[in-house]
Parts: sequence; C-alpha cells; structure tokens
Amino acid sequence: MSTTDETRVSAPPARPVWDDRTPDLPDQLQRTPVWTDELVAASGIPVVDVPFVTVGGGMGSFTMVDVLRIAGVPTNQVKVLTNLRHPWENYAYLTGVSQLPPHYRIRSDASSMPDNLWGFPSYAARRAFHSRSVSGFIAPLWNVLTENVLTDYWTPLAGEVFEGMRREADRIGYWDCVAHGQARMVRKRAAGGYFTVFTTQGARKQRIIYRSAYVHLAVGWPSIRFLPDMQQFRSQHGNGYRFVNAYEPHEQVYDDLVARPGTVVLRGGGIAASAIIHRLLNDREKLGAQTRIVHVLRTYVEGPHGPSRFMRRRGKNGWAHQGFNWPKASWGGQLKMRMERLEGEERKRLWETLEGTTTPYRKGWQKQLAAARRDGVYTTVAGVIDRVDRVGDGRLGVVYRDTKGGGLRSLDADFLVDATGLIGDLRSHRLLNDLVEVTGVDRNVLGRLDVSPGFEVRSARSGSGRMFAAGAITEGAYYAPADSLLGVQYASLRTADQLAEMGFGKRIGSGRSIAQWWRFMRGVTP
Amino acid sequence: MTPTLLGRWQSRLFVLATAGLLWTLLLTPLLPVGFATTRETYAGTFAAIGVTAAVGLVLWEPLYQFLQQFRWEKDWPAMFTLLEGIPEGVVVFFLLRDVLGFDVRATPFLIHFGTTWLVVFLCLHGPLRVVSVRWRFRAGRLL
Ligand SMILES: Cc1cc2nc3c(=O)[nH]c(=O)nc-3n(C[C@H](O)[C@H](O)[C@H](O)COP(=O)(O)OP(=O)(O)OC[C@H]3O[C@@H](n4cnc5c(N)ncnc54)[C@H](O)[C@@H]3O)c2cc1C
Repeated sequence: MSTTDETRVSAPPARPVWDDRTPDLPDQLQRTPVWTDELVAASGIPVVDVPFVTVGGGMGSFTMVDVLRIAGVPTNQVKVLTNLRHPWENYAYLTGVSQLPPHYRIRSDASSMPDNLWGFPSYAARRAFHSRSVSGFIAPLWNVLTENVLTDYWTPLAGEVFEGMRREADRIGYWDCVAHGQARMVRKRAAGGYFTVFTTQGARKQRIIYRSAYVHLAVGWPSIRFLPDMQQFRSQHGNGYRFVNAYEPHEQVYDDLVARPGTVVLRGGGIAASAIIHRLLNDREKLGAQTRIVHVLRTYVEGPHGPSRFMRRRGKNGWAHQGFNWPKASWGGQLKMRMERLEGEERKRLWETLEGTTTPYRKGWQKQLAAARRDGVYTTVAGVIDRVDRVGDGRLGVVYRDTKGGGLRSLDADFLVDATGLIGDLRSHRLLNDLVEVTGVDRNVLGRLDVSPGFEVRSARSGSGRMFAAGAITEGAYYAPADSLLGVQYASLRTADQLAEMGFGKRIGSGRSIAQWWRFMRGVTP
Repeated sequence: MTPTLLGRWQSRLFVLATAGLLWTLLLTPLLPVGFATTRETYAGTFAAIGVTAAVGLVLWEPLYQFLQQFRWEKDWPAMFTLLEGIPEGVVVFFLLRDVLGFDVRATPFLIHFGTTWLVVFLCLHGPLRVVSVRWRFRAGRLL
C-alpha cells in the first residue's frame, strides 16, 4: 500500500475543515521558527502546559497512550490532539470503503493487538475462549498452530480489533486524554520543548497552544492518492461516479452493477483490490449481478520472484502473494535486524526488495478467482493505464499500454476503480509541511521523516525536548512495517523506553511487565 | 516466531532453564520408573534437559536457522517448533542411553520429554512475551 513513486502523484487539497472560521495565526508567530514564551504570551492565545502531546489520535496515538499508561504515566500528563471520535475511526473508514467491513478478516496476525502490548493471549485464544462449542474452541487454535504450513494465516476480524480497543481505552482512561480539534503546527520552544497550535472543534472554534516537553506525531497517511489521470478526468467530466478511488466511498458502483450488467476495470494488486474483486464476485453469486472484471496490473507476477533463492516471494496469475504487508520477520525478526543496521542506498534497496504490492493467499479467495477466471468473468491484463476518456452513454474508454507487447490498447468499461493506495507525501499535510519548510526537519531515503531506530525525529530536538513519530510518515527509516498495527505499537514501546530514560514514566522491565499484564487480564486500571 | 540464531539460543536456554527445569522438578518423582531411586531418576531427567539444551545449541538451532533462510517470510511457524520435538527427542534418548550411559527407559523418557517439550512450546508462544515485552521485537533475544 505504500509507494515510492511520488512523482506521478498529485495530492488532493488538505482536508477543508481546518481553521477556516478562526483568524489566521499572528504574522509574528508564523514568521518565527523558534518561539519564546514571551512571543506566545503576546499573541494572547491561551497556553496549556502538559508534558506529552500526541497529534493524530488514531491507532498510533492510541498505542502510545496505552504504553505510557502501562509505564506508569498518569492521564493528566498526556494530551491526544485529534479530529477523530475514537482511535479506530479512520481505520474503520478506510477498511470499510475498501470493502473490508467489521465482519471481515483484516490483514495482520493473531498477536498484532493494539489493545494488548503483550500480544498474549492472542485474538485467536480470545476467540477460542469466547466460543460456546468445542469446534469453535479448537478451530482458531488449530489454525494458529498450523498457519502458513497447512492453513492460511489466522487473522482477526476488524470488529474484534475495535471491540478490544474500546475495552482497553476504557481501562486506561484514554478518553480523559483526548482533545477534539485540529493541530495546526508544531514549533520549537526557545527554552526547550515544543509549542503545538490547536484549534478546537465544534460551533465555537477556539485556539489553544499546548506547551510540552515531548511531541509525538501519529497523523497517519497525509492523504489518499488521486492519480493525475483521475484528477484530470474529474476536472474535465466533473464527476466521481464512474472513475473512483478504492479509499473513497463508492457504493454506487456496486449498486449500479447489481441493477444492470457492466464491466469494471480495476487497477492495483493489493489487498484492497482483492477485497473489491471479492465483493464484485459475491454480488454475482448472491445478487445475480452480471459483472465482468478486467484487472489491470502494472507488474504482472508470473510466479515466484525475488533476487535470490533466499529472497523469493510467492506469486501467480498476476498477483504477488504474502501473508501480510511485509514479510513476517520485518516486525521483529532477522529482516528487522538487518534494516536497522543499514544506511542510505543500501537501506533503500532493502526497502525496495521487501515492499511491493501483495495480497494474502487465502484459499477461499483463490477458489472464487479460479472459478471466475474459468467462466471468463475475471481477466487480468499486464498494463499501465495511459488515459481515460468518456465514450457513448457516459461510459469510460480506458486506454492502456500493454507492458508485455508495448502497444496501446483500449477497452470500454462502466467503472474504473483505482486501488493503488494512499500517498505519503509530507507536503500534502499542513502540519508536516510546516515542519519540513519552517523547522527544517530532515527527510529519509524515501522522502518521509527521518527518524532514528527509536522513532525520534532527530533533527527536531529542542533542548531537553524530544519529538517522536510513528506510522506511514516514518516509512523509509529503520523499520519497514512502521505503518501497521504492530508497527505503531513497537514504535510506542521504543518511544516510551527513551522517555523513561529521561525520567518520564518508568521502564517496562520484567517486574512491571508481569504486574501490568496481570492488571490487564483482570481489566483494572494500569 | 521470527528468530535469529542468537535469539534461538537465548530463548532455548532461558525457557529450558526456567519452565523446563521447574516442570522436571515437579514431574520426576511421579514418573513410572520401577525400582530406580529418586536420585537416579533426577539425574536422568536433568541430564535430558542438559543434553536437549546442548545439542540444540550446537546442532539443531543452526540447522533450523539455515532452513529458515529458504522461507521468504523468514519465520518459523508454530507447528515446526512443536514437531522439532520428535527428532530432538530421539537424538537425546540415544545419546543418554548409548553414549552417556544413563539407565533411561522409553516410557518415562517419553512422558518427561514429551510434556517438557509441550511446556517449552507453550512458553515460547505467549508467556515469554509477558516476561519480556521486547522479546518478540528482538528476534527472540532476551539480552
Ligand atoms: C485499508 C487498510 C487496511 C489496513 N489493514 C491493516 C491490517 O490488516 N493490519 C495492520 O496491521 N495494519 C493495517 N493497516 C495499516 C493500519 O491501519 C495503520 O498502520 C494504522 O492505522 C496507522 O495508525 P496511525 O495512527 O499512523 O494512523 P491513523 O489511524 O490513520 O490515525 C491518524 C489520524 O490522525 C488524524 N490527524 C491527522 N492530522 C491531524 C491534525 N493535524 N490534527 C488532528 N488530527 C490529525 C487523522 O484524522 C488521522 O485519521 C491498514 C490500512 C489501510 C488503509
């Protein structure tokens, strides 16, 4: 879901809800990169002191607060600045529109648990012990025992993840830490630490400046990816009905295809593409839709592929297969260790080897796809879409360059769904753009934030203050699966460890870990 | 698990020396060993733990780590860890009986080795993460 190919991407404007009804910041503040307490006081904006601020309020902020609470930090020492009502809101939205609703399996393993730092007992064990039948008890445990050998990886349902997070949020007092609104910028404080400018949500927008020693950025993906051809099509033909992005609401596509026969062209080879095909084929089977699917793959994967016998990934029929977004050992195995040791070009090369668009090999999906292929309902072509025109009846004329033959070909379609992913360009996010342009933080080999192996934004140190980051904005640094549930949890643990060294919270050693785990199991506050 | 060789060594030693020994301590007096003295039985079961640790360090773990290199995910599925118990148990049994000269019998050995393996297996797939939250992110290393 990530891409390094940012030259082809142009970002949509930043979300429009920002600050538009509040006067802009005083010029004096905007122009000064490092603020003094006097300067801020002169602006008349109220200042609130809190040692730790996390910006985002999604999965990454949630795991951060969770780990800090386990490390003994009280709720009044932490502020979460967010426009989300609950930490899984954005995740639920993105997975929902890309056809992975709460009762569907997500793509991470049984112990990637944002609500459980220890990953034990895992989601599979949780499911087993909540089951009321013997087979319901054995099935998930058998699956995790035999996964990736006799069976596919066991994965939790999105709803199970949300439910667990709700419980953990209640347990740790997460809700007490939250302030709803939009963070506008983070600036260094002359005497050490940071100022974060925040605009509250609601009818009466109010501006507040948080003064903190530590800032944690977990703002997720800066925006969804609208490729230039889609932007151009929309500006020419003025609607987003037929040419849609997988990460925006597009139910009309499915409704329309149930109502009348049609052809969908789908672009992208990741899990969103899998999920969309699954939905379209289910609609055929269950609702009698007469849909044909043409799947355009930029890299058509013929078989197992990779640089050497020891680095070879499964693939077939156009798709590259892998259990999760990254090879499993990227989270905490030899691939993680190797990434941590590499710098510059070498690290970039490893990123390129490990990444790539993949989808899990799930027996159910494979069967359904094979049947659809046989019936001629689903076809794959190796190509890159060159342009999209409007033909008769408002349908789409899709012109693509055949990557095998090289020539241009065209096909008519009723819908075009782009499932190529999200973008990570820092400049499309106002706060990050300010950090890069004004504070001058460094970028890594992929152009994202340069963070240390411990997720510190090294170039943003401010006296004894420290800035940390997590999630997609750190891709290209020393940890490949940074943008995953377990990845943001790992980042939180590393961050908490460094904070503990500086006297904020306690280090989670064996004693604390065991004691806190026991509290977690009993459901009492940390 | 997604271990490195160092992680494999450390995890094996740690779990055998804690849960493995504790289990052996509790189980040994209950083993069906006929007229053998408790002292002799303990010598046998403790030796089994020691040999499992030693052979694992020099032979098995490097071999597993080598085989793991052929896997794209560089992981070691739970089932592999469970099944390793079979060849390892066979080797330990013959080493004890035919090389080191212990008076081991198949049935008590099977009970002791089999259950200890299960205990170790279970510890590796959960409880160890409670003892060290960083273990799973450090490829099985505790130090
Ligand atoms: C379709 C899809 C499926 C996925 N499936 C899996 C999976 O199965 N397993 C897995 O491990 N990972 C999965 N991921 C990845 C996972 O969702 C992310 O790793 C995780 O959500 C990252 O958390 P985050 O905190 O970085 O971002 P988010 O959870 O997106 O939260 C960031 C939030 O910050 C808020 N924000 C941004 N800027 C500001 C601001 N200036 N002020 C206030 N708030 C702001 C935004 O509202 C944003 O929602 C999936 C991702 C997608 C898109």
